[in-house]
Amino acid sequence: MKFFPLILANLFRKKLRTILTIGSFAVAMLLFGLLAVIHGAFTGGVDNAGVDRLMVINKTSIIQPLPISYRDQILRIPGVKAITFDIWFGGIYQDPKNFFPSFVIDTANQRVVYPELAVTDAEWNAFLADREGAIVGSKTAKRFGWKVGDRIPLKAPIYDLDPWEFNIRGIYDSPRAGDDLSQFWLHYEYFDERRKFEKGDVGWYTVKLDSTDDSVRVEKAIDDMFANSPFETKTETLQAAAAGWVKQAGNIEFLILAIGGVVFFTLLLVTGNTMAIAVRERVGELAVLKAVGYSDRFILFFVLAESLFIAMLGGALGLGAAKLFTVVVGDPTGGLLQSFILPGSAILLGLAAAFGVGVLAGIIPAVSAMRLRVVDALRGI
Amino acid sequence: MAIPIVYNLRSLRARWVSAIVAVLGIAGTVGVFLAVLALARGFRATLVSSGSPDNVLIRRSGAGSELDGTVPLEQVRVLEDKPAIAREGGQPLVSPEAVVIAPFPMITTGTDANVQVRGVTPEVLKVRKNVRIVRGRFFQPGLAELVIGRNVASTYQGLDLGKTVKFGGGTWTVVGVFDAGGSAFDSEVWADVRVLNQTYKRPDDLYQSVTASLTSPAAFDQLKDSITADPTLTVQVDREVDYYARQSEVLTALITVLGTLVAIIMGVGAVFGALNTMYSAVAERGREIATMRAIGFGAASIVVSFLFEALLIAFIGGMLGAISVLKLNGLTTSTLNMQTFSSVAFAFRITPVLLLIGIFFALLMGLIGGVPPAIRAARRPVALALREL
Repeated sequence: MKFFPLILANLFRKKLRTILTIGSFAVAMLLFGLLAVIHGAFTGGVDNAGVDRLMVINKTSIIQPLPISYRDQILRIPGVKAITFDIWFGGIYQDPKNFFPSFVIDTANQRVVYPELAVTDAEWNAFLADREGAIVGSKTAKRFGWKVGDRIPLKAPIYDLDPWEFNIRGIYDSPRAGDDLSQFWLHYEYFDERRKFEKGDVGWYTVKLDSTDDSVRVEKAIDDMFANSPFETKTETLQAAAAGWVKQAGNIEFLILAIGGVVFFTLLLVTGNTMAIAVRERVGELAVLKAVGYSDRFILFFVLAESLFIAMLGGALGLGAAKLFTVVVGDPTGGLLQSFILPGSAILLGLAAAFGVGVLAGIIPAVSAMRLRVVDALRGI
Repeated sequence: MAIPIVYNLRSLRARWVSAIVAVLGIAGTVGVFLAVLALARGFRATLVSSGSPDNVLIRRSGAGSELDGTVPLEQVRVLEDKPAIAREGGQPLVSPEAVVIAPFPMITTGTDANVQVRGVTPEVLKVRKNVRIVRGRFFQPGLAELVIGRNVASTYQGLDLGKTVKFGGGTWTVVGVFDAGGSAFDSEVWADVRVLNQTYKRPDDLYQSVTASLTSPAAFDQLKDSITADPTLTVQVDREVDYYARQSEVLTALITVLGTLVAIIMGVGAVFGALNTMYSAVAERGREIATMRAIGFGAASIVVSFLFEALLIAFIGGMLGAISVLKLNGLTTSTLNMQTFSSVAFAFRITPVLLLIGIFFALLMGLIGGVPPAIRAARRPVALALREL
């Protein structure tokens, strides 16, 4: 570590160049961070959905309803711990562009099946007591500036021409990164009384299992139970269902890998080039170091350390900026993404990538510095 | 007096490694920027071209998409008699339709995606003139037969000419493939509306939307007024193009915002790369610059010369980026249309205007990356620079 001041001094020899190189690195890592955020917004639901819950939909398609009588039948299947249902409400606040998902929920079981979407008991009880009550995710509440007690009109073109009015009784949040905090929940009783068709039908069921090992057997048991009935079902884990939606949305994974690949390749060139220039300029000094007795390996690490310093500092700055962006600026699409957070794992991965690029970019100049023949180099001065 | 361009070309050759780095940085940025814009435009173009300026889409008032709400048969009959509706051989050009979605496994991933299944009547081909059968034949009314859009067979397993598929509790045979000119209908499956309603156990006389041809685009207001004035009609009318343009809004906005964000950040990075290249060019050429100043070239000539070099790098980068995305043009991909819960296939769409935007973006990066080093080059005191030798 006693050589650290020397490394620093070398870096500050060409201040502007060092700053620009660190800057390129920071920009690339900022981009990496944001791509991770976007990736998480599309696929976060998949990782979080888990395999301990099953989604039961109408085999024909998700927009076809299922009878509410299935609830008790499914509950009797061994291995099923709890069951809740949802109905797509399709609520529109002011303009269709202000999209967020709105669901009619089964108030008795919602909190049992989805414990991670947490509401305080006080707010939940206020919601239960008000049939026009609604619970809204913290992200959507923040997006429109809604507070508990506000009265919100929503249009629901699927069901009715007149707007429905709701009182916000609570705001749910989740401690877990990547959960959907944009939903809007309303009472089934209020909804069923007012809708004019499909009364007594629900959209889909979510089943909580006693044990995750049981999912395949229970899936089959549910689908077999309703086979050849007018409402056949299709059951899969919540994770598989979420993954299906993501795959329909397009090949996000490929898009992000492609952009990331282009950026890293460019970065490697930029840093490698800078390091090569730096070594070329300093051939004499390196030769002097060797002449006074420093080993080849020392020279190798000496040059690599410089490139690593640039990489790690740039990486840390960029990832810090990405984190700051998610916290301060937030979702640039104005709420179209269901989450906008930079997970810790992405930060670690980013730092690892920065380290890798630092080594790769520095290795060729470092090896050429190591192989330097003292006599040739000193003669050139 | 201007410094000859040959000087810049030779200097690029002398510093080819850093020049290539800067070129690639800009090429990558322009490539990503163009690819994202092409994606957004392709999606929009696919939906917008689904509508024709002569056509109107009629659905229940307040309904967001065709999936919401119904139009009863008696209202369809009233609509058919409106004078603004075009006729052919005495028959009104009106296509009452029902829409459902059905899951089919995608070939690429093996997982289910929702296909939009549209119940139509044989008259649909007269209303949607951009649709024509390219293989097989149209379905026979009353039979459980399907015609599929040209993107369907290549996207989903089992949906191909001559094959039999099961959905909605019925068994269907694919008898034809139609081409809808790159519109969203190319991702749809069409069946006889009566058979579809029966299979889905829906009333026979209920439709979800009515597409009709106008006598002329100008007849729209007349139709709209007469529908508003008629208390027996509970429907709203939109130009088909407007309806589909609105469906594309959310996703187009999402792609454009995220894509622009990524492109701007990459742009900043590329500017850093260009700055680095140009600054080291200026630093290494201190002697040359001083010599040129000493023999009488003005400061302005130096600035112009360095700026030209930066713009040249940017231009080559921009061209390279534009050429590399050209291959994407026409490449088909699919996404989820949030308004209908169904998949729609669309193609990247790269237009000459888009390419110009890309080159312009590259030159902008070159300008920002070139001005500060060029000014530094011109500002160096001549005597001092010469003494450094």
